[in-house]
Amino acid sequence: MSAAPLLAVRDLCVTFAGIGGARPVMAVKDLSFTLDRGETLALVGESGSGKSVTALSLMQLLPYPAAAHGPHSSIRLSGENNRGEDELIGAPPALLRQVRGGRMAMIFQEPMTSLNPLHTLERQIAETLHVHKRLRPAAARRRTIELLRLAGLADAEHRLGAYPHQLSGGQRQRVMIAMAIANDPDILIADEPTTALDVTIQAHILQLLQDLKERLGMALLLITHDLSVVRKMADRVLVMTQGEAVEAGPAAEIFARPQHPYTRRLLAAQPKGWAPPADPAAPPVAEADGLKVWFPIRRGVLRRVKGHVKAVDGVTLTVRAGTTLGVVGESGSGKTTLGLALLRLTSAGGHIRFAGRDITALKERKLRPWRREIQIVFQDPFSSLSPRLSIAQIVEEGIRVHRLAESAAERRRLIETALAEVGLDPAAADRYPHEFSGGQRQRIAIARALVLKPRFVVLDEPTSALDMSVQAQIVDLLRALQTRHGLAYLFISHDLRVVRALAHEIMVMKDGRIVETGSTERITGAPEHPYTRALMAAAFDLAPVSG
Amino acid sequence: MTVVPETAPHTGAAVGGGRLLGFAITPLTRRRLDAFRRNRRGFWSLWIFLALFLGTLPAEVIANDRPIVVSYAGHWYFPILYNYPETAFGGVFPTAADYRDPAVRQLIDKKGWMIWPLIPFSYDTINYNLPSPAPSPPTSVDWLGTDAQGRDVLARLIYGFRISVLFGLVLTVASSVIGVTAGAVQGYFGGIVDLGFQRFMEIWSGLPVLYLLIILASFVQPNFWWLLGLMLLFSWMSLVDVVRAEFLRARNFDYVRAARALGVSDRVIILRHVLPNATVATITFLPFILNGSITTLTSLDFLGFGLPPGSPSLGELLAEGKANLQAPWLGLTAFFVLALMLTLLIFVGEAVRDAFDPRKVIV
Repeated sequence: MSAAPLLAVRDLCVTFAGIGGARPVMAVKDLSFTLDRGETLALVGESGSGKSVTALSLMQLLPYPAAAHGPHSSIRLSGENNRGEDELIGAPPALLRQVRGGRMAMIFQEPMTSLNPLHTLERQIAETLHVHKRLRPAAARRRTIELLRLAGLADAEHRLGAYPHQLSGGQRQRVMIAMAIANDPDILIADEPTTALDVTIQAHILQLLQDLKERLGMALLLITHDLSVVRKMADRVLVMTQGEAVEAGPAAEIFARPQHPYTRRLLAAQPKGWAPPADPAAPPVAEADGLKVWFPIRRGVLRRVKGHVKAVDGVTLTVRAGTTLGVVGESGSGKTTLGLALLRLTSAGGHIRFAGRDITALKERKLRPWRREIQIVFQDPFSSLSPRLSIAQIVEEGIRVHRLAESAAERRRLIETALAEVGLDPAAADRYPHEFSGGQRQRIAIARALVLKPRFVVLDEPTSALDMSVQAQIVDLLRALQTRHGLAYLFISHDLRVVRALAHEIMVMKDGRIVETGSTERITGAPEHPYTRALMAAAFDLAPVSG
Repeated sequence: MTVVPETAPHTGAAVGGGRLLGFAITPLTRRRLDAFRRNRRGFWSLWIFLALFLGTLPAEVIANDRPIVVSYAGHWYFPILYNYPETAFGGVFPTAADYRDPAVRQLIDKKGWMIWPLIPFSYDTINYNLPSPAPSPPTSVDWLGTDAQGRDVLARLIYGFRISVLFGLVLTVASSVIGVTAGAVQGYFGGIVDLGFQRFMEIWSGLPVLYLLIILASFVQPNFWWLLGLMLLFSWMSLVDVVRAEFLRARNFDYVRAARALGVSDRVIILRHVLPNATVATITFLPFILNGSITTLTSLDFLGFGLPPGSPSLGELLAEGKANLQAPWLGLTAFFVLALMLTLLIFVGEAVRDAFDPRKVIV
C-alpha cells in the first residue's frame, strides 16, 4: 500500500459571497488534515467554527457558486482499489455522483428532516442501492434488510414498509446509518450524529458507529461539539475555531495536555460545580398535587374517546423558595408538558398551588396577577423571541401588561437594569434578535422573565440548544440570579451534567410518572431505581445500557 | 442601578435598516425592498402602473366637456366644480351652460377666455359633430374614435380605467381585512371555532355568485357599492386559508407561549406576535387578488350585470367591441388596456413574491 492517505485535505478555504453587498464571509481558512482507513478523526468546535461547512465541502455539497474554494485548496480522495487519486474540488459531476453516497457517505444531525417523509424505509435505502450498484428490486430488498440489521434496527423485515414518522428518533438515526453504509463507503462523515437524541440512545448509536467502523474498515469523520463523545470515540482530534484549526493531535494527547488556549478553554467549559446551598425549610413557592395532563385519543366515526395519552400522570412536587428542582427524563417523558401545566398554559387535572393559594381553577383574567410571579424560559432561543420586535420591545411587553412602570423613562430604566443583570450591554436594547448569538438570545429570554421580578421560573431545557462553553456561562448566570433574588427554579433537562450543576433536588420522570425523587447528591451518587441507574450510566460514561 | 439619562441610546433602531418615508425600517424590510428593486421588470411595472393610476385619478380634469377655468368679464368661473346658468355669460336661457355649444363659446370668447381639459369630452358626452356615422374611427378630435353612441372612446377609457382600479383596490382592501380577521380568529383559537367556520365557508363558497347578481339586478339598479358589497360577500374567502394556516403554525411558537406566560391578552398576541407571520403570505397574494377583482368587474360589465347602463367601464367597451366588429378600434382599445393593466399587476405581484421569498439568494 502506498503512503498516500485515504483522504488528504490541503489548504481548504471556503468563502461565501456576501448577500446584498455585504462583505464575503470566510467560513474555513487554510484547513489541512488527512484521514486513513480504520481511523476516527473528530472535528471539534463550537457552532460557527466551520465544522459542518468542512464536511459539506468534502462532499462538494455547498451552494456553489455562492460558496467558493481558494485557489490552492485541494481535497484528494484515493481512488478505488488504491489506484491513483481523485481531486474532488471542481471534479466533473459524474465523478462526484459516484463519490457521494458511494465512496463517502454522510449522516446528519436531525434524522427527522434528513429522511423523506413521503417514502417508506425500503424505498429510501433501495434508492441508493439502485443508483450506485444497479441492484434489482429483489436483491435490493435483501440487501436493505441486511443493512437495517447491521444498523441494529430490530425486526427489520417488518419495518420495511414503515414511514419515518412511525419511528423514534434513535430508530431514524439507525435508518440514516443503514443508508450511509449501503454502498460500503470508505469514509463515513457523521455530523453531530447524536445531538438530537436522548442520552441513552446516544450511547447506543455511538457504540453502533464504533462497531461498524471496525467491521467495515471505514474511516470515520466525527463532527461534534460534545467533548465527552470525542473522548469516547476519537483516535485523533482537530480543534477548530472561527474556520481555523488551532490544534490537532492524538485524542489522548489533546485531553491530557492541551496546548492552545482555546482548547484549554473548551475543555474547562463543562458545566460543573454544585448548586449553592439552600435552606431546606424555606417556604414552598409552587406545589403540585396529583397533577395530570391527559390527551384523549379519539377513534372511529363518532370520535369517541378510546383512551388517553398520559403525558403527565399524577405528579406531586414542591419547589421551595431559593431552591431548584431538576426534572430529568428522556424525550416524551412529559417533562415539558409538566412545565406548561404548572404555568397553566395547558389544561390539567389535579391541584396547583402557588404561594399557598390554589390557582388550578382561576380564569385567565384572575390568573393575570399571578402570571407576573411565574415565568418560563424556553429551550430554543431562536424560536422564543419574536424576530420582528426589538430587544427593548420584547422585554418591555411584560412591564406593559402588568403596568410595572409609570412612564416611558421608567420602563426604559427597568429594561436596561434587566439587560445589565443578565450580562448584556443595555445599549443593545434597540437591536433585533437576529443580531445576537444563541447564548445572548437566551440571556434576553431570561431578562424578559426576570424584569417582572418573578418568584418562580420554569426553565425548559434552557441550555440544550447552546454550545458547551455557553452552557456553562448560562448555568453560572442562573445560579447567580437565584442567590441574588431567592428565585425558585423548576429546571427541566435531559442533560444530567447540567442538572447536577444547578439542582438541589432531582426528580426522574418516565412516561409521565415520577420514577425517583431525591437530593442531587443521592440521585447522582446512589441511584436506586434501575431506570435512574441506566440514565446515569448513559449520561456520565456514555455506556449503552440495555432495557 | 443609577438613573439612566433620558436620552438613552436609540441608535439601534436604524441599524442596517435606514428610513423609508420617515419610518424606521428593519434590516429585513430593507433586504426585501432591495430585492424588489432589483427585479427591474416588477419595479418598472409598479411605476408605470402607479403613473397610469395617479394619472387617471383626476379624470374630470383630463377629460371633461366643461372648461377647467373660464374668465368672463373680469370674473373667474370654475365650470368643472360648479354649475353656471347660461345667463351668467350673457346668454338667454337660465339653464346650465353647455360649453360645447358654439353659441355659448362665442359669448364667452367675446369677453374673456376659457381653458379646456386635454380631452374635451366627458365619458357621457355625445359628439354630434362626427365626420362619419357612429361608431366613427379615430380622428384628430376623437383620438381613439367613438363608440356606437358617438361618445369619445379615450374619455370613456380614462374613466373606465379609474373605476376598475378603484373598484379592485377597495374590494381587495376590504376582502383582505375581512379575510385576515376571519383567518386569524380561526387559526388562533382553533378547535370548535375553526371547525364551525370552515364548514360554513364550504357551504358559503358553494353559493352561485352569478345567479345572485342576476337576481339582484332584477330588483335593484346595481351601482358601484351594491356590486362591491355583493362581491365582498364572497371574495373575502381567498385569504382565509393562507392566514389560518400561518396562525395554526404560529400559535404554538415559543414566543407566543412566552407572551401568554407573561399574561398578554389574546388580542395583543394576535396583532403583535402572530399577525406579522401572516403578512408575507398576505402581501404576496394582494396583487393577484387585485387582478382578480378587476377581472370580475370587467366580466360582469361585459355580461351586462355590472355597473348601471351608461357608466364608463372596460367591460362595457369590450361588449361594444363585440357588437361592432366593423369598428375594431373599440375591441382593440379595450383589449390592449386590459392586457397592459393585468400584465403590469402580475409583474408587480411576481416581484413582491420574490422579494418576500427567504430562499431566494440575491447574488
